[in-house]
Amino acid sequence: MNVFRFILQNRGQVLELTGEHLWLVGLSTLFATLIGIPLGILIAHRPRLNKPILAGANIIQTVPSLALFGFLLPVPWLGDRADRLAILALTLYALLPIIRNTYTGIRGVDLAVMEAGRGMGLTELQLLLQVELPLAVSVILSGIRTAVVISVGLATIAAAIGAGGLGEFIFRGLAMVDNRVILAGAVPAAILALVADLGVGWLEKRLQPR
Amino acid sequence: MPATAANPVIEFRDVSYRVADTQVLRDLNLQVQPGEILALLGRSGSGKTTTLKLVNRLVSPTSGEVLVNGLPNTDIEITQLRRSIGYVIQEVGLFPHFTVARNIGLVPKIEGWPEPRIRARVDELLQLAGLAPTLASRYPHQLSGGQRQRVGVARALAADPEILLMDEPFGALDPLTRDELQREFLSLQRRLCKTVVFVTHDLHEAMRLGSRIALMEAGKLVTVLSPDDFLRSSDPWPAAYVKAFGDRLESTTTEGKS
Repeated sequence: MNVFRFILQNRGQVLELTGEHLWLVGLSTLFATLIGIPLGILIAHRPRLNKPILAGANIIQTVPSLALFGFLLPVPWLGDRADRLAILALTLYALLPIIRNTYTGIRGVDLAVMEAGRGMGLTELQLLLQVELPLAVSVILSGIRTAVVISVGLATIAAAIGAGGLGEFIFRGLAMVDNRVILAGAVPAAILALVADLGVGWLEKRLQPR
Repeated sequence: MPATAANPVIEFRDVSYRVADTQVLRDLNLQVQPGEILALLGRSGSGKTTTLKLVNRLVSPTSGEVLVNGLPNTDIEITQLRRSIGYVIQEVGLFPHFTVARNIGLVPKIEGWPEPRIRARVDELLQLAGLAPTLASRYPHQLSGGQRQRVGVARALAADPEILLMDEPFGALDPLTRDELQREFLSLQRRLCKTVVFVTHDLHEAMRLGSRIALMEAGKLVTVLSPDDFLRSSDPWPAAYVKAFGDRLESTTTEGKS
């Protein structure tokens, strides 16, 4: 098929853009995890904050991605470099599934287990680290998995503001009305999403508590 | 051991507890003597579980105070207080991601015991609780209900606490297993001489295990009686229990004392 011939012929650029794509997705997922898990832990323990924080993350999710990229463009430090901006936007999108799953996972821990732990004199920190997080880990990871898969797709749009990634091929192909070029971006992106999904899924299984 | 001369291990002084508009407990005054098994008997909602949780401060009284070994329990650092009191609940609450050995060794571990000492203690407790050593590496979901509850008791005894709090510890078990565990618990208690407070709604269990029965109803302590006096009591509440549990009672008590 000529799509694959095209990819093979341009493998240097495909690899480079895949690398950029990975950079955008990886970094934004990392940030979203670092912010989302603590926020999820917070709202699991402070039910009052639950609604405002989840609502905030929900609202971000409803903003069309292209619009969000556009909104952030005039922001001083961010607008300087398109990849910074893209990473921020992707981080914001990835927050909701991570916060929500952390919350769900921790709230799902058997109350009797928590009461026994507390009654035996575990501190709240010990309960969090030894009971809540280990028991919630697979639910949290499935949130991260959702976030990664969403990010891989969304990151293609980052090319619209010049942040690079596999979206470059897609936009170029659209402009040239050449399906081969579009697919040269879309196929590696799809493979990336699948690999990330399987990878985190594997981790999820491995870390699953008995 | 003359009970009157001993200092109470646990003492409730004018303890009341309310949540929002509900008066869960009203003016509770009660002493628990060293080495006795006090049965808190009552219906659901009578305040017996709350009474138990007041001891290890899972619940804090609205007014009044709870003394443990003569000290207000609010004066004892909370994790220290809890680690010095064994706690067993009906749902057991074993950590599902820990092996039996790790579950039992939990309190020693957080208390910073050296690893060999924890291992030795776990072995000792497995034997004490009537569990085969091979179960040590199993996970809770691989155990039967009776085995889980044995692990729960072993875990509560791990750091050798003086006090044991038990909330319907045998409530969820089938009658045969319950009978077996009750009997073993009594013989264990004869050796260990812990001060035990346990919650039950079952008069049979209260008669069989308790050295005294504290009867609670609607947030109030109705009376505290020995099992024998409970049977003979002409007070309306104890009499109602004796009537409700019917004629099987006589045989249960004689069996319990044999």
